[in-house]
Amino acid sequence: MTATDMAQAPPRATSPNRPLIELTDVSKLFAGPPQVLALNDVSLSIAAGDYVSVMGPSGSGKSTLLNVLGLMDRPTVGQYTLDGIATGALNERDRSRLRGTAFGFVFQAFHLLARRTVWENVALGMAYSGLPRAGRAERVDEALAKVDLTHRAWAKPSTLSGGERQRVAIARAIAAGPTLLLADEPTGNLDEATSSGILEVFDALHREGLTLLVVTHDPKVAARAARRITMRDGRIEGVTAA
Amino acid sequence: MKVYWHGTRGRRGGETASRFRRRRDGYTLRDVMSDAVRGLSGRPGRLVLTVVAVMLGIGSLVATLGFAQTGANQIQARFDAVAATQLSVAPAEDPMDPGRLLAVMPWDAADRMERLNGVVAAGLVARVEAVQTVTAVPVNDPMALPGRAPDVMAVSPGFLETVEGQVDQGVFINTFHESGAQRVAVLGPGAAETLGITRVDNQPAIFINGVSFTVIGIASGAIRHQEVLDAVMVPLPTARQWLGLATAGELQVKIEVGAGSLVAQQAPQILDPGGGEGFSVVAPPPVSRMREQLTGDVDSLFLILGLVALGIGTLVIGVVMSLSVLERRGEVGLRRALGATRRQIALQFVAECVVVGLLGGLIGAAAGVFGVLGISVAKAWTPVLDVRLVGLAAVAGVMVGVLAGLAPALRASRLEPATALQEGT
Repeated sequence: MTATDMAQAPPRATSPNRPLIELTDVSKLFAGPPQVLALNDVSLSIAAGDYVSVMGPSGSGKSTLLNVLGLMDRPTVGQYTLDGIATGALNERDRSRLRGTAFGFVFQAFHLLARRTVWENVALGMAYSGLPRAGRAERVDEALAKVDLTHRAWAKPSTLSGGERQRVAIARAIAAGPTLLLADEPTGNLDEATSSGILEVFDALHREGLTLLVVTHDPKVAARAARRITMRDGRIEGVTAA
Repeated sequence: MKVYWHGTRGRRGGETASRFRRRRDGYTLRDVMSDAVRGLSGRPGRLVLTVVAVMLGIGSLVATLGFAQTGANQIQARFDAVAATQLSVAPAEDPMDPGRLLAVMPWDAADRMERLNGVVAAGLVARVEAVQTVTAVPVNDPMALPGRAPDVMAVSPGFLETVEGQVDQGVFINTFHESGAQRVAVLGPGAAETLGITRVDNQPAIFINGVSFTVIGIASGAIRHQEVLDAVMVPLPTARQWLGLATAGELQVKIEVGAGSLVAQQAPQILDPGGGEGFSVVAPPPVSRMREQLTGDVDSLFLILGLVALGIGTLVIGVVMSLSVLERRGEVGLRRALGATRRQIALQFVAECVVVGLLGGLIGAAAGVFGVLGISVAKAWTPVLDVRLVGLAAVAGVMVGVLAGLAPALRASRLEPATALQEGT
C-alpha cells in the first residue's frame, strides 16, 4: 500500500496486532571499500505501543537497523513498511518529513547544540516536524517537565551532567509528539545510576503509549524492554519476549 | 495528490487510528532567519571575520566610487579652469606662402571680443621684435657680463586675466596707460630678477632701446603664455609709437565653461565682418566629451579595484562557510534526523551567508561614505556621493552572501544524516 493509497482510504481502526513497522527481507550493503553487509535478510515487525530492545556486539548491525527504521538510510534490498506506507516509494523530501513527524531520536553522544540553551535545543526540531509556531513553546515546556528539567531550561549544555544532557535529548525527541522513539545506545556515555534514571524515563514514556526501540550492547538495558532482539553479523539471532 | 501522514501516540493494547498525516511545511522564513542569526552569534569571532571581509570589499567599492566621483570633480574643476576656458585667435598663415598672413588683427580686437556672450575677458599680446636692449641703467656697462635681455611683449589691459595671472606689486597696464601711449612697463618675475628690480613703489625705470619706461608693476602666476613671466610687458599703443610694433599679434580669450564652440564660431565674424576666414581659432574641445573621457578613465580603474576587493571578500566568506559546514556535520546530521529536508539545510547556510553579507554591506557602505567624507574634509575637496550607493551596497552584500554560500550550502545538504551524525561525534 503506497502513501497515496493511504490518503485515499477512509480512517479505520487498526488491529492491536497490526504492525506499525514491518521489515521484510531487508539487507543493507555498504559499498566501502571494504564491502560490509551490515544487515542480512532481516525481517521484523513492531506493533504500536511496543517496547523493543535490539542487543548485539559491536558490528552486529544494530545501529544500521535503527538508521533504516528511522528513515536515515535506505535498505539495499527488501521492503520497509511504516504504518502501511511503502517507504521505498518515497522521495528524499517525503522521507525527511515523515521522519520528522513519526520519529524521535536519542543518541549516545546526545548531539546537543553547545551554543544554545536547553530550551532552544528542545525546540530545535519543531519547525521540521511541521508544527505551527503557535503552541511550540507549550510543547517544549511540557517535554521539559516530563524529564524534570524545567528548572534548567535556560542553562547551556556545558553546565549539565551527562544524565541531564541525555534527558534534554529525550525531551527534544518527544517534544513534537512522535509515534516512535528510537534510541541508539542511550546509556553508552552514562554511569549506572544515571543510566537507571534514563531508563525510568523511557518506562514512563512507554506507559503513556510511546512506541520505543532501544539499541544497546548492555544486557541490563535490553532487559527493560518487553521484547528483546539479539543480532549478530547483520542477522537477527533471536527474539525473546518478557 | 497530497500524501497525508499523521502520528498519534498509540495506547498499548488498544485500538488506535494510526495514520501519518503530512503537516504543512513549518520551516518558515522566520525560522530560517532565527536559525541563521543563532548559528552566527554562536561563533562571534568567525562572524566578525566574515563581516569584516565583506565590509572591506563593499567599503572599498563605495569609497572608490565616491573618490572617483569626488576626484573627477576636483580634476574637472581644475581642468575647466585652465584648459576648457581658454581660446586663442590669430591671423592664419597662407598655406601657399608661409609667413604671409591672411588677415590683420584689429587693434581693438579685445574690445570687440568682450562684447560676445560667454567671453569673460580678452587681451591682445604681440612680441615686439625691434628690441635690441633692455636694461635697468641708461648706458651699457662694458664690464657687465653679457646676458640675454628679457623679451618685450605688447599687451592690452585684459591680457593678464586671460592667462590667469595676478599683480604682485603695483598695478597692471590699463586704459589710462593706453590712452596716452605712456611709457610704462610691467615685469614678469623672471624679467624683474634679470633687471634687478625688486620693488615698484620707488618708480624704478628701465631702458628699452635706450628709451626710459617706468616700472609700474610686477606680475606673476600666468598659467598660459608663461613666457610673460620672463618678459617686459608694455601697452600696445606705446609699443606702436616707441618700439615700432606693426601688428596687434594674437588674441587671448577667457571664456565660460561650455562656451568654447560658440565663441570660436563667432570670433572670426566679429574681428572681420567681411568673412573671417583669415583667422584661425584654437578652441577647447566640448566640455562634455572631456568630462566623459576623464571621468570614464578614472571610474573604470577604481571600479576594477573595488570589484577585486569584493571578490576577495566573497572568497573569504565561501572558505569560512565551507569550514563551518565541515565543523557542523554533526549539527547537519542532527537536523536531518529531526526531519530537515536537504532544501531546508541548504537554506539555513545560505541564510547565514546572506546575513553576513547584509551586515558587511551596510557597515561597509557606512565606512566607505565616512572615508570619502573624511578625506574630502582633510583635502578641502567637495565630496560627491550618490545616495543610491548605500542601497546598492546592501544589495551587493546580499548577493555576495548568496554567491559565497551556495557551494557550502549544497555541500551541507548532500550530507547523509547517518554518516553526518557519526562523523560529527
